Order: sequence, then structure tokens, then C-alpha cells
Amino acid sequence: MDVNKNTEPFPGEIYEDETGNTNFLVSSIDKLSNWARSNSLWPLTFGTSCCAIEMMSAASAKYDWSRFGFEVARATPRQADLIIVAGTITKKMAPVLKRLYNQMPEPKYVIAMGACTITGGPFFYNSYTVVKGVDNIIPVDVYIPGCPPRPEALLEGMMKLQEKIRHSRAYVIDKPKKEENDD
Amino acid sequence: METNDIKHDEFVINVGPQHPSTHGVLRLELWLDGEEIIDSKPHLGYIHRGIEKMSEALGYKQFIYLTSRMDYLSAHINNQACSLAIEKGLQIEAPARAQVIRVLMAELTRLASHQLWWGALGLDLGAVSPFFYAFREREMILEIFEETCGSRLTMNYITPGGVVNDLHPDFVRKVKVLIEQLKGNLHEYYQLLTGNVIFQARTRGVGILSAEDAVSLGCTGPVARASGVKCDVRKLHPYDGYDKVEFKEVLNDKGDNFARYWLRIEEMKQSIYIIEQLIDNIPEGSYREKLKGIVKLPAGEYYQRVETARGELGVYLVSDGKKEPYRVRFRTPNFSNLNALRPMMKGAKIGDMVSMMATLDLIIPDIDR
Amino acid sequence: MTKEELKSYLEKTFPGMTQEENIDFLVLWVEKDEIFEVARKLKEDEATRFDFLFDETAIDWQTHFEMVYHMTSTTYRHDLEIKVKLEDRDHAELPSMEPLWKAAEMYENEIYDLFGIRFSGHPHLRRIFMSNEWKGYPLRKDYQDDDVISL
Repeated sequence: MDVNKNTEPFPGEIYEDETGNTNFLVSSIDKLSNWARSNSLWPLTFGTSCCAIEMMSAASAKYDWSRFGFEVARATPRQADLIIVAGTITKKMAPVLKRLYNQMPEPKYVIAMGACTITGGPFFYNSYTVVKGVDNIIPVDVYIPGCPPRPEALLEGMMKLQEKIRHSRAYVIDKPKKEENDD
Repeated sequence: METNDIKHDEFVINVGPQHPSTHGVLRLELWLDGEEIIDSKPHLGYIHRGIEKMSEALGYKQFIYLTSRMDYLSAHINNQACSLAIEKGLQIEAPARAQVIRVLMAELTRLASHQLWWGALGLDLGAVSPFFYAFREREMILEIFEETCGSRLTMNYITPGGVVNDLHPDFVRKVKVLIEQLKGNLHEYYQLLTGNVIFQARTRGVGILSAEDAVSLGCTGPVARASGVKCDVRKLHPYDGYDKVEFKEVLNDKGDNFARYWLRIEEMKQSIYIIEQLIDNIPEGSYREKLKGIVKLPAGEYYQRVETARGELGVYLVSDGKKEPYRVRFRTPNFSNLNALRPMMKGAKIGDMVSMMATLDLIIPDIDR
Repeated sequence: MTKEELKSYLEKTFPGMTQEENIDFLVLWVEKDEIFEVARKLKEDEATRFDFLFDETAIDWQTHFEMVYHMTSTTYRHDLEIKVKLEDRDHAELPSMEPLWKAAEMYENEIYDLFGIRFSGHPHLRRIFMSNEWKGYPLRKDYQDDDVISL
């Protein structure tokens, strides 16, 4: 899998904390916590239409997703940290989705699965109730195209999310960079 | 019932759109007296995408792709219904090879759909193993579909005039391997769940639907056949060569959860029997009758009924001579099967609601279209 | 009954109502005021016994509405289609078929939601697909929506 070299921190990079001192401890904890978080994401069972069946296929024995740590699929958003939006979202369902997203504790991630959640999919033209893209409602991390995407495509999308989490910074407070012309 | 006429010892709970045991986004409002259900009211529309209105702007060959997404577990059969309605309007008939291919695909779809139903039934009642066993054969069937049709779930393979491509050269061998495996495993699946004491207690005598209720509420398919109503469209109004194959229409007269469960397993056996009769006798010839680029139906109405895995699907096409249909109406089986939930749930407990919905086998996008 | 026997039975029982025949069904055109009595007679008469209403829908012909009922009999296995013409588009109203066939309840809810035709005698007419605040009836031909992107 190709890793984007620009986002990986330089092996000797050290983070500065708010007093301006450099801190070696935080960067190791960051790497550890990112590793732990990415390898045990618990998805919320949220499937509205056809993509839910491919999600069930990805959960079953042939394309097992519990190899990657997604074993425990929770029914309640309070205990989940990943929501895989699988299926068309309509205008009547949109407030429900927003409420579910709000009920999830931080840090939370969103995967938009299927063409319907990216831009409305096959229901883009002439449909009066379909929300054209779920990122009008909640912020999305990974988009998986397909109608429906194969279970392997869903697994690749989840692996990309794991990669994204591993390159994120959790315990660092970014200080605004001082401009050269400021005094 | 309205929320205003609630008595002081009743309360209303909401089985919301996102729930692990409603098979899709269905919202049920339940009036409860303790643990017993007094009344229920379904709220729909959470997946209403306006397919009927969208079809009025698309051509005749184009709106068929939307029907795959209505009852996505019998996608081939939905496409077959639309194709037959258009062929009825153009007064042509698909060639013999195409008809046999259509019947084979329809019966494989029925098998795949019932396998998933069986796995989801186990999952709803608390047994997790059947889910993994069910997907074993379902994945084999979807592989067969993918080789010939190109896609696993929403394949637009059956079109007016015949089918889109010819069969893959490996199709016959793979189907024979599947049939051998499925015949051996079906008995194992039946025994896995049926003898279990908890399963028997949750399904025998629970959720009884009488025959008059089933007819008055408009239920079709396995739900009505388990109450003793003869309503198999493949026998009453045969299409696509179903009158040339031999199979039995399975009936049961108890009408409870166990009857519906038993009936679907027997239907799987009948589907296997149909495939066995046809798989060695696929006639040679063309697989498609070419239609003109833009199809225009003469003015009038055309109604076609088929039997999907869940009941009777009716496609009602009203045409005024132009290149788009004037009105398309889909009479979906799940819309009427949902009516059966209300009389079945009076006096039952909440745990029974889950097992009743599991044996009714509803697909919510089919209700909302 | 076969199609011919059904045709002659209908001519005898309901004289004056026009009949048509299309490729699938026999069609009976009924006036708006008589539809409930005709439907009750067809359901309860021993010779016909139409006890299964399997479809009820409406078509918008831009100057008038047309209500279509499809019914069949589980004992005799004959089918019939009944059509009613509704001239008034803004205040279209019909008696409900729910006392005869319970399946009509949900069909009529759907027609009210998407077309705006009201049914008198319905136990609880409500919008089922669209939310209660939705303005307009989507399946009418003159429905305008600001955010529909059309082909």
C-alpha cells in the first residue's frame, strides 16, 4: 500500500508543547494511541438500503472485516466510534443521521459508502427527496464509490481510514507559526 | 390511535428508524401496557426516493435500473417484471434460450434471498452462527452472477427482448456444484435452528395470521401461503416458461411464525428442483431479440405480475405513445405484507415483535420505493 | 368465470356503465357517487366474490384524475379493473374502500400523500411518505420543486 511520504512525520521530528519546549514523550504516546485507535474501530450498524447488504457480506466469513479489528459492531452510537453510512439518505432521514452523529463520542470517523452517499448516486436527477451527498450533513473522512461497492472495496476504504488515523496528531496543540515580519 | 387518547397506565415507545432488528429504516410506534403490545403504527418514508416520479423522465429501457434497487434481494425478478411489461406492450416474446436463462436467474435469486433471510432470522433471534453459514452459499451464487452479469447485487441483466449477454461458459458447471452443495447443506441448516427449544418457543403459536385477514390485507407470497391462501403467480398466471417446468406450490395452514419459516425452507427445495430440471436443457439459439434504439409503446395500459421472493410484484405501465412512460406504478409485495404486522402484534410481547418481523421478511426500500 | 361470462354478468347487473377491454383486464367505468355500492356488490355477491384488492392507484391526466382499482377473486380466479374519473382537481374526494378491504387503508394513505385525493370514511388519513410539513403533492404533473435537478 502506498504511503504518502509527505504526511509521515520525519523520524527525528519532535513536537513542541504550549510552553515552547520540545517534548519527546508526547510523540511516542501519539504513535501508540494512533496505533491502538486504528486497529480497534467499532462501527455503528447503520445501513439504509442496498449497500447494507454488501456491508453484511463484508462482515461475514468470506471477506471478514474482523481481521482488521472491526469485530464488534455496536447498535448504539454511544459506544461506536465509526459510522459507515451505507445507503441513500433522504430528507426525512437526514435529521436522524445528524442526531446519531452528534450522539457519538469523540474521536469519531465517518465513511460514506456507495454512490448515493457521495453525490446522490443514481438518484441525482429528478428525485425530490434524496439528499445529494451525505457530506451536506456530516463531515466525511473516506468516500467509497460503487453501486454497490464490492466488499473488498469497503475493506480498502476501511484500511485507508486506518492509515489516515495513524498519520493524525492527537496530543499536539499546534501553536500558530510566528511570521518573520512580526515583531 | 392518536397519542391524545392514551390512558394513564399505557405508554408509547418508539422503535426508531435506526434499530438492529427492523430490516431497514422502519419506525414503529408501539402502545404498550407493561410488556404487552396494544396497538402499533408504522411510520414510513425514511427511504422514499421517488422512483415512480423519476421513471416518468426516463426512457423505457432506462428506468429498469431503478427497479433493481427497490427490492434489492430479488433484483433479477424486478427487472424481469419490467421487461415482460414492455414486451407485452410491443407484442414480442423473448426467444426460448432467453426465457430459460431468465427462469434460472430468477430461481437462483430466490435461493440467495432465502439464504440471507435465514441468516438474518437467526441473528434476530439471538443465534449468531446461522448468519455465517448462510453466507457460504450466498457468496457462491453471487460469484455465479458476477461472472455472467458483471455485478453481485444490482445487475441489470434482464432487459426487454431477452438478456444482455450470453451465459459464461462456466455457468452450468458452477451451478451444478452449487446445487450439490446446497442439497447436502439444506438439511443441516434446517436442523441447526429447528430443534432448538428457544427457537420453538419463539416461533410456534406466535404471530398467527388467519386466512381471511391475509386476503383482506392484501398479503401475498410466503406470508399468505403459510396461512393457506393459494397465491403463487407462477402457477396462476405463468410467464416465461414456468408452465413447462414442474414444481409444487407449498402451502401450510397454521399461519404462525414456524409455518412461515418451514414454508421458505420448502420453497428453497422447490427452487432447487426447478434448477435441476432446466440446467441440462438450456436450448440453443439467440439470447436476445434486438429492439429499436428508442422504444415507444403504443398508448394504453399494461400490467405484469411476477412472483418475487417475497410475494407478488405488479408493474403497471401507462403509456401515451411517447418515448417515456406516462405513469409507472409498482405494486410491491412488502407494502401489503406490512399490513399484516398490526393484527399479529395485538396482545403479543415486545420480544415477539422481533421474531414476527424476522419471519415476515420485509425489505423497507420496497415499501417506500 | 371467463372474461365473456364476466362481461355479460356486469352488463346485466350494472346496466349503463361503460366497459372496455385492454390486453390484461376487463375495465369497468363507474361514477364517483356509485363506486362504494358497486364495490360492495362485487365483493359480496356469490357469483363474483372479489375478495382480494391487489392494487389501488391514481393517474394524473392534467385535466382530471383517474382512480384505478384492481381486484381478483381467490375462489373463482377472475380479475377486474374499475376506473373512476375525478373532474375536480383541487377538491377531489371519494369514499374510502377500507370497510370492504383492509388493504385499502395504506393504499389510500399513499394516494392522499402523493396526489392529494381525499377519502371520506377513512379511519386515519395521513401523510406516510413525505413529512407532515411538506408542501405540495409530488406525483402530480404540475408539481414544482426548487431543488430538483432534472435531466
